[in-house]
Amino acid sequence: MKIRIRYFASLREVTGQSDELLDMADGTSIAEIKKDLVTRYPRLQDILERCLCALNRAYVPPEAAVHENDELVFIPPMGGGSEPQDNGAS
Amino acid sequence: MEPIIQLTHAPLERDALVAAVSHPSVGGIVVFEGVVRDHARGKQVRHLEYEAYEEMARQRIQEIIAEAEQRWGVERVAVAHRFGRLEIGEASVIIVVASPHRAEAFDACRYIIDTLKASVPIWKKEVATTGEEWVEG
Repeated sequence: MKIRIRYFASLREVTGQSDELLDMADGTSIAEIKKDLVTRYPRLQDILERCLCALNRAYVPPEAAVHENDELVFIPPMGGGSEPQDNGAS
Repeated sequence: MEPIIQLTHAPLERDALVAAVSHPSVGGIVVFEGVVRDHARGKQVRHLEYEAYEEMARQRIQEIIAEAEQRWGVERVAVAHRFGRLEIGEASVIIVVASPHRAEAFDACRYIIDTLKASVPIWKKEVATTGEEWVEG
């Protein structure tokens, strides 16, 4: 079965693409997909450790299983914390 | 009214957003405008680049507005976020909340911008004089 994985921000730059179709067994966990991605893109390792997972546009835990035609996105931390002490952007 | 959500590459239009939430029943309008600053963590910022997972961002913003409406009873909300390259001084995000009384508008506006920053998949790359990096909050 196929799922679509989309890459944004740092993940897009490391993989050099905005999305790809992955072929795998139905019910594969997101954690397993992560391992496979790190094998193919070693520079993703640190980034993926900080990412949340979104399956079909909703946050899910990494144990979640994927199914045919799912859309999987790893969400790196968002920038722009607004606490005054971090001196970050507004 | 249905909340207004704009995700766009074009410059944000604050006056149009304020006009869109205005109504004779409104006694206060709170506007938060986030603008690109020329420095961050000791660096000189040249410009910013914003990128979004647009479909999910829109869905999350809808949820956040619905939460604010339920919690503070506000009914007239507009949220606009810009993507792509933004120069110093340009607005990246505008939240407008109009309500009969100001307290609810202030609280709802603060809630919407804080929650948006923490949970909506929109990323910011800082291009500084010393290099560029994706900012992780």
